[in-house]
Amino acid sequence: MSPATKSNNPLLPKERIKVPRQLMPEQPAQERAHNFEEVNLGYSSELAQQEALRCLECAKPTCTDYCPVGIDVKAFVQKIVIGDFLGAAAKIREANVLPAITGRVCPQEDQCEGKCLLSKKVKPLGIGYLERFVADYEQRMGTHIVPHATPTGKKVAVVGSGPSGLTVAGDLIQKGHQVRVFEALHEIGGVLVYGIPEFRLPKQIVREQIDYMRQMGVEFETDVVVGRTVTIDELLEEEGYDAVYIGTGAGLPQFMNIRGEHLNGVYSANEFLTRINLMKAYKFPVYDEPMLDLHGKHVAVIGGGNTALDAIRSALRLGAEKAYVIYRRSDAEMPARAEEVHHARQEGIDFQMLTAPVEFLSDGKGWLTGARCVRMELGEPDASGRRRPVPKEGSEFELPLSVAVIAIGTSANPIVQSTTPGLDTNKRGYIQASEETQRTTRKGVFAGGDIVTGAATVILAMGAGRRAANSIHEYLTTAAW
Amino acid sequence: MFKIVHAQFLAPGIKRFVIEAPRIARKQKPGQFVILRIYEEGERIPVTIENSDPEKGTINIVVQAAGKTTTLLNSLETGDLILDVVGPLGKPSEIKNYGTAVVVGGGVGTAMAYPTAAALKRAGNRVLSIVGARNKELVILESEMRAVSDALLITTDDGSYADKGFVTDKLRQLIQNGTRIDLVVAVGPIVMMKAVSELTRKENIHTVVSLNPIMIDGTGMCGGCRVMIDGKSEFACVDGPEFDGHKVNFDVLVQRNAMYRTAEQQSMEEYKHSRESEHACVATSSSTTSSSLRGEKR
Repeated sequence: MSPATKSNNPLLPKERIKVPRQLMPEQPAQERAHNFEEVNLGYSSELAQQEALRCLECAKPTCTDYCPVGIDVKAFVQKIVIGDFLGAAAKIREANVLPAITGRVCPQEDQCEGKCLLSKKVKPLGIGYLERFVADYEQRMGTHIVPHATPTGKKVAVVGSGPSGLTVAGDLIQKGHQVRVFEALHEIGGVLVYGIPEFRLPKQIVREQIDYMRQMGVEFETDVVVGRTVTIDELLEEEGYDAVYIGTGAGLPQFMNIRGEHLNGVYSANEFLTRINLMKAYKFPVYDEPMLDLHGKHVAVIGGGNTALDAIRSALRLGAEKAYVIYRRSDAEMPARAEEVHHARQEGIDFQMLTAPVEFLSDGKGWLTGARCVRMELGEPDASGRRRPVPKEGSEFELPLSVAVIAIGTSANPIVQSTTPGLDTNKRGYIQASEETQRTTRKGVFAGGDIVTGAATVILAMGAGRRAANSIHEYLTTAAW
Repeated sequence: MFKIVHAQFLAPGIKRFVIEAPRIARKQKPGQFVILRIYEEGERIPVTIENSDPEKGTINIVVQAAGKTTTLLNSLETGDLILDVVGPLGKPSEIKNYGTAVVVGGGVGTAMAYPTAAALKRAGNRVLSIVGARNKELVILESEMRAVSDALLITTDDGSYADKGFVTDKLRQLIQNGTRIDLVVAVGPIVMMKAVSELTRKENIHTVVSLNPIMIDGTGMCGGCRVMIDGKSEFACVDGPEFDGHKVNFDVLVQRNAMYRTAEQQSMEEYKHSRESEHACVATSSSTTSSSLRGEKR
């Protein structure tokens, strides 16, 4: 370690390894399965400082290399060790404008924590928990340091207020550009408000992060469907924007095209979660948006990603008697965050692995009564590199269900692409953008997040937003394309 | 917030609102709709755009009271505010010179059929319009439709105005009289659009219907508005709302629109009850609509 970064950690590396990873306090499983309160309760200052002591302060930290937005993990953790929590928050904010959110929803096991040197011998450093702690601490103290940059006179329109759009907005406002974010829905936050449930990401946290961005000077306009209400060309030519960032997110839900998918009781995960999270259907009739009564019902979700788990854990909280995950591959291939799978199992979700529905069954009056399923076994790897599931002959069985939620992915939303001449898309309809600069085929137009990559994670969308912000800044200051 | 600059009943239970929405007014094309939400706890509902004035920055919507939200909406007056109005949504009608177009409007669907009829007329078509309603009082936009049609035929279910019968009777007559028809556009109740489509299928006349499934975001995200077209799922908000009537599975649409009937009835009952008790309590006060909206949420 160079003298310039002299450690304040009183422990020797071999002593640090002996400190156990500090457990995240959480609501008891039996209790939380019946409410929408957050599952994880957050570290105390003591727990955070104890956990921070475990950092080995690597000379070449791989955690930062594997962070899609490149947070200087070592530096912020060192600040926690000495109790400078606000300094730690400021350090994170240099790279990440939404730490309270990523601390909660990032798949840390595949990124920073997955590469933590500690994990070779013991459990990795709780980087996500620490990030969450400092972000929440900063919020509680109410002492945000609001940076103000010298105005450049340039205007940027951001289309979509999800994680990638918010990242672009937060980064560009700090570089002195004027930023206006357009959102199609009535609430700011995109998937953070319509997709991820309260028990995993309280909406109050999202609102606080957005309020902070407002304080920094970001403008927001809701109820604008870019492509319909106003086009990209109109933003550039008539409304005087110098650049546009498209971060419109995941699109229409995919269906399996099996019999009975149109039955009443079969939902897409997007609709199911939108009713619950955005429209607060779980508070019907205080809120007007209805949803089917799940009390005492058997509910299944089809799929193995975070969206699938969000949906089925919501169903459990809405009173489902049996809550199944039906996934056609095995545990090892499940794309969901490890902590969510763990929490879901604790809560009593019944995982039907290596299983797929082949038909939804009806009562003859248009309502779902069950699914005919088949067991699978894993064959050779497919295009995704995961072993392809193959149906086992003679393994069909019927599962009685009142509600089935399909969470097998999304396809590209066509609205912006179909109304913006010269904006090229790939075969699947997603916008073509450079992986380095997020530039599209239209001058001054950048894109990132799910509308470029297809459905991915919050942090990957934020990573794209960060690259786009740098590249938009370069474009605005040099005019070179 | 979107201001209602004018509100007026066109018929019992059917109200037209002129709303300040400059961005939407500038972009609206025939066949499109808006989604609105009246207050914080409200649901999002799709509503027909009847017309727009890009100069004044206003759109006209026409709403028939059916459930709680539409009933509440129809209690709003000039000067009241609507929390969210988003649009114009959906693909516009495909307007070109087809030759002769028959535009069929059933009930409040006439409001959505009207801008399409007007645009077809402007595009050079011979426009024959058929407007149907349950009774005389519920015939709306008669003079507007007449102004953009080469001929306007009206039917009422009970014969209280014009000819007794259904819009399909008039369409059948036109066909039987040997009228050359190149396009039929039908907007109205599902049973009406289904009957029209069945009639024209036999005659092989291209028929466009505008579907009204349950919808939440309306922007191609949730997939709640999926309809079955030619045996496959399509989404009314981005693939529609207009579809080839000969390919639509109307029975699935009827079935899916009934999904929340129990909840909708519960909402309506509670709403009526709260209105009654409110009237009983504050019979003398002249509470404004918006405060009574808030009051009813308690």
